[in-house]
Amino acid sequence: MEKRVIFKGWLLPLLLLTPQVVVTAVFFFWPAGQAVWQSLFIPDPFGLKSQFVGLGNFEFLLRDPFYRASFVTTAVFSLLVTAVSMGVALYLAVLADRLIKGAGTYRTLLIWPYAVAPAVAGVLWLFMFNTRVGVVSWYLGLLGYDWNHVLNGGEAMGLVVVASAWGRISYNFLFFLAGLQAIPRSVIEAAAIDGAHFWTRFRTIVFPLLSPVTFFLLVVNIVYAFFETFGVIHTITSGGPQQSTTILVYKVYADGFVGQDLGSSAAQSVILLIVVGILTVIQFKFIERRVHY
Amino acid sequence: MATIRIDNVKKRFGQTEVIHGVDIDINDGEFIVIVGPSGCGKSTLLRMVAGLETVTSGEVQIHGKRVNELEPMDRNIAMVFQNYALYPHMSVFDNMAYGLKIAGTAKAEIAERVDKAAQMLQLGDYLDRKPRQLSGGQRQRVAMGRAIVRKPAVFLFDEPLSNLDAKLRVQMRLEIKALQRDLGITSLYVTHDQVEAMTLADRMVVMNAGVAEQIGAPMDVYQDPRTMFVGGFIGSPPMNFLQLRQASDDSMRLPPQIADRIEKAEGPVTVGVRPEHLSLDANGEARFSGRLRYVEPLGAETLVHLVTEGGEQITVRQDGIAQLPEAGSQCVMSSAAEHICLFGKDGARID
Amino acid sequence: MARLPESGMVEKRGAGLWLTHLGLIAGVLVIVFPIWLAFVASTVSQPEIVRPPMPLWPGDQFFENYSKALVSGINAPVARMLFNSAVMAFGIAIGKIVISILSAFAIVYFRFPGRNLFFWLIFLTLMLPVEVRIVPTYEVAANFGMLNSYSGLIFPLIASATATFLFRQFFMTVPDELAEAARVDGARPMRFFWDILLPMSRTNIAALFVILFIYGWNQYLWPLLITTDPSMNTIVMGIKQMFPSGDDIADWPVIMATSILAMLPPVVVVISMQKLFIRGLVDSEK
Repeated sequence: MEKRVIFKGWLLPLLLLTPQVVVTAVFFFWPAGQAVWQSLFIPDPFGLKSQFVGLGNFEFLLRDPFYRASFVTTAVFSLLVTAVSMGVALYLAVLADRLIKGAGTYRTLLIWPYAVAPAVAGVLWLFMFNTRVGVVSWYLGLLGYDWNHVLNGGEAMGLVVVASAWGRISYNFLFFLAGLQAIPRSVIEAAAIDGAHFWTRFRTIVFPLLSPVTFFLLVVNIVYAFFETFGVIHTITSGGPQQSTTILVYKVYADGFVGQDLGSSAAQSVILLIVVGILTVIQFKFIERRVHY
Repeated sequence: MATIRIDNVKKRFGQTEVIHGVDIDINDGEFIVIVGPSGCGKSTLLRMVAGLETVTSGEVQIHGKRVNELEPMDRNIAMVFQNYALYPHMSVFDNMAYGLKIAGTAKAEIAERVDKAAQMLQLGDYLDRKPRQLSGGQRQRVAMGRAIVRKPAVFLFDEPLSNLDAKLRVQMRLEIKALQRDLGITSLYVTHDQVEAMTLADRMVVMNAGVAEQIGAPMDVYQDPRTMFVGGFIGSPPMNFLQLRQASDDSMRLPPQIADRIEKAEGPVTVGVRPEHLSLDANGEARFSGRLRYVEPLGAETLVHLVTEGGEQITVRQDGIAQLPEAGSQCVMSSAAEHICLFGKDGARID
Repeated sequence: MARLPESGMVEKRGAGLWLTHLGLIAGVLVIVFPIWLAFVASTVSQPEIVRPPMPLWPGDQFFENYSKALVSGINAPVARMLFNSAVMAFGIAIGKIVISILSAFAIVYFRFPGRNLFFWLIFLTLMLPVEVRIVPTYEVAANFGMLNSYSGLIFPLIASATATFLFRQFFMTVPDELAEAARVDGARPMRFFWDILLPMSRTNIAALFVILFIYGWNQYLWPLLITTDPSMNTIVMGIKQMFPSGDDIADWPVIMATSILAMLPPVVVVISMQKLFIRGLVDSEK
């Protein structure tokens, strides 16, 4: 899709582009280039000079059990966050879509957690499950369950998943509801006349028609879980216990800033760049298709 | 006030040439309509005159001055677009005044000119409205008003009526014609609608596939089409065309002076005759026969559709009250010899 | 979203309708509960919290807790952090809108050498969050002396193409004839931009502003790295700094009051501009 040629000249458009190009070059391409460059070196312990190691950092990373574990952790975490937030959102959207009146009210009540920062969401959930003062952990204790996410890796993972998924429900809900409301009533009514009950209709008609939205949300939520949940992890678990909640982005931070292992951190950045690149391509292909329907 | 001269103008988009060298000379104050099917290059030609497309080769002159390299704003033109292109966030007044404001015209004069144009177009009560609050016809008038207030040397119209419904189109057609006559501004008008072309034009240009097939006064073009395309495109229902296999076969009997011309021509010849020049009798010199398929009574007139033995369609236009044979019967049609047009294999007229 | 009543007649009458409402209300309660609890915690005293279970209904310490947070905070006054967050959020939202509307205008309405190259350079940055290139970006900012500064908080986060992409999409839907009419009217490019394109983009700008404001306000990792001076902390990252490092018990009422204050501005923006926000969100992701 292109406009007809409209305005002449080349100096003005270049001037108009300059701010964005400068900002992008300085804060995007330069750092990205540096990441690639640094990933090929190992700095000496005093940070005075670096030694070229080629792909050594990458080799080391891929053999490092902690890094591999972090990959698995990230995959588990992302899938759980995506499944939980999309599942709950779809459930609520289907209910709201059944209403003739009041869907708007529920939408208002459900969208605002979107505005809550992941880091703040982390603090809220940490407060509820805090081992000393948490309300939920206290009631769990009454039921005979000894909640302790500070020591138990599984519980820590559960908590960061729930806290991350919580803020994401609003977003998914909005898209699911819009998708459901875009399905022509007549299609569903025709199915009803054909004798299909609610669940059959949902399975055979609504869900297939919703699949573009679902696929889109799948990609977006995975990206979210990969990168934007740093705040949740950092506030609740700081990657622990025993790295059980150290997702890849957290590890870049922990190795780079806390551990000061710049070469490894840069190599991790490069690997993440590649992962995002792949996800971006998937999403772009999908967006293109959506635009061209 | 200006003349326009389009001199061997060509346009290429990439490798494909879409306009193959068009020449048109437009007199001062003349209303020229370019008519043709979609994709024939008529809009592109207009946009080259406007300066919205570059001219690949040839020359466009306005008032004797080459304008190929000039920006639209420096050509002293105004243009009315098919979708009106009104600025959606501006009031009617601001829409009309925008060009004058940019030109730095004094406020008082802007107000005066806009008011005058609004009066002329019966838009006086709507000057504060936004385009979306107007009907289609009113928007069309605003677009006209925007062109008028500039007092340009040339009006350019790009299918200005095609977004209106049929009734409004007839009304606006009359208004545009009257307005152009009053203002006397040289106008170039593009349309695919041959009725618009016939009614509006002082002279019309029939375009097909990037070529101006014929230029002339509407009735001249109608009565004397120089190509098969023009005969088929101008007139409704269109001219009947019959492929001639032999000088005289059973379904067609042509008088000797026509048969002579056919003999002399090279290659196959097509006979053209307009529906209203045919009658369902044997009184004319040129006779045709066919089987009547169906009849469309339209009130004032009746269209009779026949098919020849060779399977070709013929339409005859009759008075509304004429007695007609039944469907399925064999009929004879005839026409005066001077109404018969002959076209050679390249579609050009044979005289 | 208005729908004709008869078009939804397939079901949900009587009991079914109530069950639907019940399901939704349950969902809303679960979603809202963490925030409710935070609000309650921000209105009671520390002793009430440290002896679980804490109350589930607001107490009478509202003013004490909030004024303590706003005026003194723990490391820095929360009022100061709110101000920092506001500067950052407005800076990012306005900065991104300005640079991306200009570049989208250039890319859509001009043809110039290198256009495709610039186009792809800008769009490569789409979806690449700052988290990924965090260490080198930090070094760049440090080299420019941007640590503990507003420009350090703002500029590195402006480098993204989402807004450019959105404006490009919108400009594509603006009819060509409008620009041509403006050209015939004598408008030069920047005049067309100011008089026609910018006013026509008002709703898009507003919708984008909402999204970007929230994006900027909710940043965490970047301010965490770039602001070591507590007086430059933003509120979202400052909360974590309020937790004691050792085994001491956190000052929960003040922390929760700060949390409520941290989420208030974006929540107000989202709810009050709901229509614009939803439009902006759905458009920008399409």
